[in-house]
Amino acid sequence: MTALEVKNLQKSFGKTQVLKGIDFSLDKGQVLVILGSSGSGKTTLLRCLNFLETPDTGSITVGGKVLYDSNDAATLDDETIRQNRLHFGLVFQNFNLFPQYTALQNVTLAPTLLKKATPQAIEEQGKQLLTRVGLADKMGNYPYQLSGGQQQRVAIARALALHPEVLCFDEPTSALDPELTSEVLRVIRGLKSADSTMIVVTHEMDFARSVADKVIYMADGVIEEMGTAEEVFENPQREKTKAFLRGAKEAF
Amino acid sequence: MSFLEVTAFLFEGFKISLLIFAVTLLCGAPLGLPIAFCSMSRFKVVKAISKVFVWIIRGVPLMLQIFIIYYVPGLLFDFQIFSQVDRYFFIEYGIADAGRIFAVLIAFTINYACYFSEIYRGGIESISRGQYEAGYVLGLTKSQIFRKIILKQVIQRIVPPMSNEIITLIKDTALANCIVVCEIIKQAKELAATKALVWPLFYTGVFYLLFVGVLTIVLGQVEKKLKYFRS
Repeated sequence: MTALEVKNLQKSFGKTQVLKGIDFSLDKGQVLVILGSSGSGKTTLLRCLNFLETPDTGSITVGGKVLYDSNDAATLDDETIRQNRLHFGLVFQNFNLFPQYTALQNVTLAPTLLKKATPQAIEEQGKQLLTRVGLADKMGNYPYQLSGGQQQRVAIARALALHPEVLCFDEPTSALDPELTSEVLRVIRGLKSADSTMIVVTHEMDFARSVADKVIYMADGVIEEMGTAEEVFENPQREKTKAFLRGAKEAF
Repeated sequence: MSFLEVTAFLFEGFKISLLIFAVTLLCGAPLGLPIAFCSMSRFKVVKAISKVFVWIIRGVPLMLQIFIIYYVPGLLFDFQIFSQVDRYFFIEYGIADAGRIFAVLIAFTINYACYFSEIYRGGIESISRGQYEAGYVLGLTKSQIFRKIILKQVIQRIVPPMSNEIITLIKDTALANCIVVCEIIKQAKELAATKALVWPLFYTGVFYLLFVGVLTIVLGQVEKKLKYFRS
């Protein structure tokens, strides 16, 4: 079953075209890893999916529902966009936790404000999610009292609290010390299941290879290569992909 | 005049100082918020008007602004509104200076609202984009994001500069004596003129010092209370 379909997504900032027509689809339960050097448009793609940027052209369809179509004005107003954001979740590179709330309050804030359930049910769910990411003993801590890895795990729980159909990760470990990276990657890997569709932008090659059902390599705003993890990592077809993977191997 | 009599006489004036202080704070602090939003508006005309207004109010001495508010209506329309208010309150209620105090309150409120607005603007603009974006991807409305996420962080950041302005405000109330409002320094000058007593003028400093001491403690407590998180 197709969970997500992206067609001809284009985005320019001024005269610079960052996305030059992105097409891909993702089945329910699949994990898509997006690779690419900085400036290739990976982050902009994720931001378009979460409507933090408005694509210039193209369409985004989730579970058969057209969320965005540059030719359909009905999908462009503020309130529709706000509703549509709920189909996606986004975990940021630098966490963006709310500093004045505890870990648990960070997780329960949005469901509470959006009245997703009773306060008791929301709190119960929040505790379960934090336990799931290994922070059962940190629920009352404020973000500044947590390590980077712990903060990122709270951010993951916060995104999960709204049950997004597609959960996106924008370089979730890039702001972390190496020794904290693994705990976050372990949590993300643990989320992989038949009904959680995920898109992960990452530079962690070993992680990418082990978790991905599908891999996209982006360069200069286009999908240079797309395939299964095995196809892209073991047998890349394009010169740019080969060069990128070689460079990545040397770096680690 | 005994020391106690002088103290009581000066305190009558200090009550006026405190009145100007309280009203300016209670009216100016909220009024600063719409001015701050106008200064950050997407609409260029609104933004420009707001910036020019703030520039003028912050660029002209407060004493001059008091003169302008007090005298200009009379010069333009030949109707001395504040003198009329003065007379009305004196005749009806036996309260002196009401019109003059009213003029001072208007000038102070506008002046301080502009200073406050700049503090608010700085505070709001210092919050990272990521905080807004985190709210957006959680499907929150703009108003929810401002009220539930941004506001408290802004408040935490603006308490120190606000404290500074608030402490300046109590001392600025002395400017009211430029249109003969009987605040504490005017009272002291009265004693110098009528009883040849100069020392009460210096004694007024003690009133200010004590009040600023209380303010410092209270504002320090507020600051400490808000420090339970770091942003």
